[in-house]
Amino acid sequence: MTVRIDQTGCIGSGQCVLAAPDVFDQSDDDGLGFVVIAEPPADLLPGVRDAVDRCPAQVVSLEE
Amino acid sequence: MTEAAVCPVPHENRVHPLGPPAGFEEAISNGPVRMRWPNGVEGWLISSYAGVRQVLSDQRFSANRNGGPEMRTEGEPVLDAGQPGNMNSMDGEEHLRLRRPLSRGFMVKRLNEMRPRIQRIVDEHLDEMERAGTPADLVSSLCLPVPSLVIAELLGVPPEHQALFQATAREMLGKNGSRAEYEAKAAELGQVIAKVVAEKKASGDTSDMIGLMVNETDFDMDELMLLAIGLLVAGHETTSNFFGLFTLTLFERPDQLEILQRDPSRADVIVEELMRYTIGRLGGAGIARRALEDVEVDGVTVRAGEWAAVSLHANLDEELCPHASELDLERRAVSHLGFGFGPHQCLGANLARAELQILLRSLFTRFPNLRPAVPVTEMSFREDMITYGASAIPVVW
Repeated sequence: MTVRIDQTGCIGSGQCVLAAPDVFDQSDDDGLGFVVIAEPPADLLPGVRDAVDRCPAQVVSLEE
Repeated sequence: MTEAAVCPVPHENRVHPLGPPAGFEEAISNGPVRMRWPNGVEGWLISSYAGVRQVLSDQRFSANRNGGPEMRTEGEPVLDAGQPGNMNSMDGEEHLRLRRPLSRGFMVKRLNEMRPRIQRIVDEHLDEMERAGTPADLVSSLCLPVPSLVIAELLGVPPEHQALFQATAREMLGKNGSRAEYEAKAAELGQVIAKVVAEKKASGDTSDMIGLMVNETDFDMDELMLLAIGLLVAGHETTSNFFGLFTLTLFERPDQLEILQRDPSRADVIVEELMRYTIGRLGGAGIARRALEDVEVDGVTVRAGEWAAVSLHANLDEELCPHASELDLERRAVSHLGFGFGPHQCLGANLARAELQILLRSLFTRFPNLRPAVPVTEMSFREDMITYGASAIPVVW
């Protein structure tokens, strides 16, 4: 289970941070999303799946 | 498939002020339909959850609005697609260049830091409402001034120009607005902004949006001006309307209002459901995109060069959540389309969320017996704007 953000298309909407605040954050330099916990424990996975679904730029992925 | 009949977009004559235009649900019940807008442009209307997400995020659709559908019948569009800073009409890298630096100003943590300030602004207005007594108009005493003050502060513009923001919004978003009138208001607002720009340049301050644009981006003055005006207009108009509509929705559903009052700490989840349901129920045709090549959507082919508009009625699609046509404030937050989808999703979504959560929780905590002074069906609504809302909401407590 690996979480990734493809920053080339990220618009910095912060939806991933709202969906899974422990797993994602936004950079102070450019506002883009980044992954804090690349291999999150099972209890955080529902939030990660929400983030994959909610990301308006569709750049968050979870490789199962 | 057979050639679909072309019909005018039903965008007026709501049977109920919080419901869809008459005939709208029947018109879309069999999937995509051909539509004609008031300015004569024709295109597809897409209203399924998956279809709307596709149109708004598929790169084979362009956001460039030149020659596109308009809700007004005459006069030129207020903005040209190619105008510097007209971010909503741009695609790809050109769009990202403007969008990304602005996202920094709307970061989740930045807005969380603003929450105590938003709370203070809301509390001050509730105090004033309480002092002035009943009946009160919720729109002029709370819905309009709070988002105006908050967006002015986030941008760094002196709040005493509130009336000017509102007048500019009327021209920019009015169905009957004229380009000349808009340009006159925008020029007036431009002078206010230019003064702030000069101050930020001198001080190097980056603590607000204008400071950030002036000192940490490569935006030129034309771009910066239109972006700042766009943020001011969008920032107060939409949040204000929706807060009013949310309140009216709750007035009609005491069973649901009770869920909020039982546990106001769930305001974050409740705002998402109110947004999903209220916007979905209003229906109508929204943002349009132009196909750059032939694209299949919901079983029809949108040909290269054709327009496809989306309806946020998609928020009531069972594909999104069970019993989607019902308001259920006990529902967990779902991935609704109230803020749009794709690279152009509402830039201010996180600010709007913070404001709506604080407003909702505070209003019904302060006035637990708040109720409309007249029935919702007797209130007047703004049909003359692209953004819809109540003109006044008389309340007692």
